[in-house]
Amino acid sequence: MSTSGLKAPMKRRALIGASALTAMALALAPVSAGAQDGERDSIRIGYAVPLTGPNATGAGITTIPNYKLWVHDVNADGGIELSALGKTLPVEVIEYDDRSSTEEAVRAIERLATQDNVDFILPTWGTGPNLATGPTFDRFGYPQLAATAVTDLAGEMANRWDKSFWMLGGGYDYAVALVDLLSEQRDAGTINNKVAVISVADGFGIDLSKAALPAFEAAGFEVVYEQSYPLGTSDFAPIINEVSGLGADTFVAFSYPPGTFALTQQSVVSGFNPKVFYLGVGTAFPVYPNIAGENVEGVMGIGGVDPDSEAIKDYFERHTEVTGNPPDSWASAVTYASLQMLQQAIERVGDVDRDAVAKELSTGTFDTILGEVKLVDNQLRSLWTVGQWQDGQFVGLAHTEREGARDPIIPKPEFKPAE
Amino acid sequence: MTRALWLALVIAAVAVAVLAYMPSQLGPYPLGLMIGIMSYVVLATAWAMFSGPTRYISLATVAFFGLGAYTVAVLGDYLPYPLVLACAGLVGLVVALIVGVFTLRLAGVYFVVFTFGLTELIRQVVTWYEVNVTRTLGRYIFLDITTEQIYWQLLGLAVITIGIAFWVRRSRIGLALRVIGDDEVVAAHSGINIPATKIALFGVSSMIMALAGAIQSPRWTYIEPSIVFNPTISFLTVIMALLGGANRLWGPLLGAVPLFLLFEWLSAHFPNHYSIILGLLFIAIVFALPNGVLAFGEGLWQRLRRREAHS
Repeated sequence: MSTSGLKAPMKRRALIGASALTAMALALAPVSAGAQDGERDSIRIGYAVPLTGPNATGAGITTIPNYKLWVHDVNADGGIELSALGKTLPVEVIEYDDRSSTEEAVRAIERLATQDNVDFILPTWGTGPNLATGPTFDRFGYPQLAATAVTDLAGEMANRWDKSFWMLGGGYDYAVALVDLLSEQRDAGTINNKVAVISVADGFGIDLSKAALPAFEAAGFEVVYEQSYPLGTSDFAPIINEVSGLGADTFVAFSYPPGTFALTQQSVVSGFNPKVFYLGVGTAFPVYPNIAGENVEGVMGIGGVDPDSEAIKDYFERHTEVTGNPPDSWASAVTYASLQMLQQAIERVGDVDRDAVAKELSTGTFDTILGEVKLVDNQLRSLWTVGQWQDGQFVGLAHTEREGARDPIIPKPEFKPAE
Repeated sequence: MTRALWLALVIAAVAVAVLAYMPSQLGPYPLGLMIGIMSYVVLATAWAMFSGPTRYISLATVAFFGLGAYTVAVLGDYLPYPLVLACAGLVGLVVALIVGVFTLRLAGVYFVVFTFGLTELIRQVVTWYEVNVTRTLGRYIFLDITTEQIYWQLLGLAVITIGIAFWVRRSRIGLALRVIGDDEVVAAHSGINIPATKIALFGVSSMIMALAGAIQSPRWTYIEPSIVFNPTISFLTVIMALLGGANRLWGPLLGAVPLFLLFEWLSAHFPNHYSIILGLLFIAIVFALPNGVLAFGEGLWQRLRRREAHS
């Protein structure tokens, strides 16, 4: 470090001086207090989302763009009408980075609730983080609209925290819907009764495989291969090569990105062509068709949207226009719908009274891009469960409460390896 | 000397009493901050207890922290809480002893790499176990423990940790560790049982880290490996101890408090530039204060006195 000779101590001192100044500035910086006394001129909405760390990708696709789009839409429309105050107020946003850490997320919510005095707090991204921040939302009495949490314990959580709302179902819903759909196809003779199931060793993969395996057996399927792989696996050649020799028409991977993408590429390279090719999280991402190229047609996965809905079509266009990217075809629309519900609940109450808004969310019927929505025991039970890429759209094949939007294409077109 | 010691003890007792009284005066957010600060004071002091004198940079802090949290998640429903805490400490101690026996012969960068790998190994083993044996990933901790109680427990743990660190510095084992850190050959020739000394300290330090994780876990309700084995905790602990000075009793504390507040302030005011500023800061600390703030302050003090003596 002493190569610069005499100058080094000087530089060092300058650095120290700078650090000391920073420290002083910090000590003197006043804690930003919520200026909510007196005349209210905005509705303060706060959120802490993972801008950095392992969860940033998912939040960057599903959660953050929808928060931005909703705020844009609300403010472009003049704001939210508060009849109790006799005015329409714009939304003001306070955004923090929870750095994909639970402890940070908990503290950020404490900060939003007690320092920034926000009126409402939007939840973070993902199942684990939403469960982990549940008690903090509850402690401060803020409604939690968990639009990206998949948990079979949603009912139990809603009982425990009465202002929590669970919008994306549980692993059981998705797994059973898939097995039902495949059973019909087998009974129609489209596919044989052999399935190969792999799952990522993560909360999502385990939840779904735990529900799917018994359901497959109960439906008379023969599970010829069952394997879990660690999160972060990038080489799927051994798995794909082993599975391709087993004669299963159905390949099911409860996978997570980027594994979802790697599985697609490996299957194309290995010439693995099951009649049903089903993948997990990431299949519904807008980036998936870019990765799969022309082989995207017929790939099945979790989620889906209604391709015949004008509201969804319009939503996709606005999302692309305002945020620069199209939404994903699973939790994005649910996230946006949850915000529409929040807005309508606030307007019906006519005030930022959180207890009343939570009550309205739990009992009211809302007009959203998903159609008419009414929660059952604080849960959204009307879900698209299985989707498939058809003509550049990830269309819903199975829904918990109505007919699928499209019939499945089985067998899917053969994968074409790159030239 | 003894008089000064008594005075220090009285001051410390008053400080602890004030800190213990604080929750009744603070809102939830400042209390959350205090919990974070206490946690890092404990982790950094425990880290420095072993790594300061031996100069073995360990990145395994979060491995033990996470094990502690997991122990609470597994046993929380079955055993009374104090017993659960005891088990968490024991798990940390036992794992550290086993690991220590095999690895404390490594030195320098090999040890750093190994400890980083250890965190990943423990995380993968826990994941494997949950996936293949219990078939569930993610556990719930529904214990009736308030934020105030978590804070008081951490405060107690911090007092105990600093007490142990104080005792170690003055005891034979502390001297032995310093000799080992300076020169292992000399230490061996002086009749110091090098492996036993290192393993003992590594074990105690790891046990404290496990307890820190265990005490905090009820705050999260839900844990899974990616939540509790977050490597950032290890890095922050190291940089806090280094900032304050890993060879001084109060060094880690003096590093942990300002850095934690700085991180909090950065993430509140510069959420988008946090990582960049943090990286620059780390570089600044390592270049400007290689031995920590305390050592720097002492050096400054001595230089001033010398200058006075000259004039």
